Amino acid sequence: MTYRNRIQTSVELIGAYILAGFWILPLLYAFWAAFHSSSDAMHFDIFSPLTLDNFREAWSQAPFARFSLNTFLLVSFILPGQLLISTLAAYAFVRFKFTGANIAFALVLVQLMITPEILIVQNYVTLSKLGLVDTISGMGLPYIASAFCIFLLRQAFKSIPKELEDAAELEGCGTMAILWKVYVPLATPTYIAFSLVSVSHHWNNFLWPLIISNSVETRPLTVGLGIFAAPESGVEWSILSAATLMSVAPLLVAFLIFQKQFVQSFMQAGIK
Amino acid sequence: MKDSVRNIQGWLLFTPAAILLLAFTHYPTVTTFFQSLYTNKSIIRPRRFSGVEAYESMFSDPIFWKVFVNNMWLALGTIPTSIGIAILMALIVNKAIPGRGFLRMAYFTPTMLPMIAVANIWLFFYAPDIGLIDKVLEIFGFEGNNWLGNPSTVLPSIIVMTVWKEAGLFMVFYLAGLQTISPELEEASKLEGSSRWNYFWRIQFPLLLPTTLFVLINAFLNSFKLVDHLFVLTKGGPDNASNLILYYIYETAFSFLDISYASALTIFLLALLALTALAQFFFLDRRTHYR
Repeated sequence: MTYRNRIQTSVELIGAYILAGFWILPLLYAFWAAFHSSSDAMHFDIFSPLTLDNFREAWSQAPFARFSLNTFLLVSFILPGQLLISTLAAYAFVRFKFTGANIAFALVLVQLMITPEILIVQNYVTLSKLGLVDTISGMGLPYIASAFCIFLLRQAFKSIPKELEDAAELEGCGTMAILWKVYVPLATPTYIAFSLVSVSHHWNNFLWPLIISNSVETRPLTVGLGIFAAPESGVEWSILSAATLMSVAPLLVAFLIFQKQFVQSFMQAGIK
Repeated sequence: MKDSVRNIQGWLLFTPAAILLLAFTHYPTVTTFFQSLYTNKSIIRPRRFSGVEAYESMFSDPIFWKVFVNNMWLALGTIPTSIGIAILMALIVNKAIPGRGFLRMAYFTPTMLPMIAVANIWLFFYAPDIGLIDKVLEIFGFEGNNWLGNPSTVLPSIIVMTVWKEAGLFMVFYLAGLQTISPELEEASKLEGSSRWNYFWRIQFPLLLPTTLFVLINAFLNSFKLVDHLFVLTKGGPDNASNLILYYIYETAFSFLDISYASALTIFLLALLALTALAQFFFLDRRTHYR
């Protein structure tokens, strides 16, 4: 019985690692190719010499530094905006039973389904009327009010006992002080979880930024990479690998360092 | 008196979110609908009311049916497979096995990559003759194939890539689900002498049903929202064999500049998503009664 169990366990273990191999090898291969010349990469010459030429080449062919800056600016515009606006809205839903709150909340939830990606045509029209085409703020604006964030914060705020609020009120805290001193600190795990999910999402977002940007000054990494990789541009495979690695490196490194927090955040955001 | 103050305060707090949501979700939904009822404005002709003409041409447009069916095949090809693999992954990393942290990292990493980067990496695997898959086939003496250039293999190729990208994310949801199952249940089933297989099908799988439902709906919505890879891999080709609804909307609006038709397509997509959301509401509702 134990002998059979041991065989079963080792078979399962081998299976688990084979599956992991399938999941990690494509990435490792791209990593390997980025440090080898295109012809070596194509012939799978494993012991061929290492080179940094691909990175140099990719870096000179497209302004990846500028793209990184744009992505960084985009994410740092969207996330604080989302947190601020959703905090206020969630507070309104939890502690101020204002007239029509239920209908308002239902209208908020609509955005969980109809995300801005689907309304690309009309949102483009709106932003061109506002004169915000080809700007980072235009790229971020449709995402600032996030139903998902409002929903998560509302759940977090609801679990905070009313007694804490009453105590703060006795201490002489006003409406906004209660929000800032009681609700926000107690909802910190939710803020972290949402922030990691939001940053990952917007770092990787492509379709809407592609539509709204048309110059190097606004293009984020994904769009820059997408244009760089388009079939008609005909770049060599190894250079493309290097460009891809450069684009994903910041987020990927952050993920590898804070792996547990990332996984837990996605978990938390998913089950709420 | 105090109530009306709180009422106003509540509305003031909600207003910023309300304005942005109205501007970028509700208002464009309504204008899309009206846009679909009018012809396009051009220099020589003002726009005119055309009723359901755009919808009529949509339903008689073979490309529309093609992209719709493609989308359905994509959903059918990716969802059950990724759910199966995700459950397997979750069961693996939920146990105390050697290298658990590494395994979880390996399974989850593709989730962190942008679809554009994923497409770049897989582009090379699928390249004819020089690509990894054809090279491996060559070693075993098989003919190569232009995986993305062949209408009959392009969609399956994209399905495989999407499963690779999405399974790790779903694994996380199943992991969360597994952790809510009391360990006593496993001990009890061990005492009863039931097999692991039995334990999975009789206990774990039924208890994970809410997670499966959640993943199912989200995966379905995702299969309509995610088209980034098409920009790098195929541009919807060859001959629309890999084209999807949202990419077709993008082409119609921004390449062919047919706003009226793009709006009709958008309304169709919205209706489809709304039906899915209603189904979710209905099922989740039943689930709470069941509890």
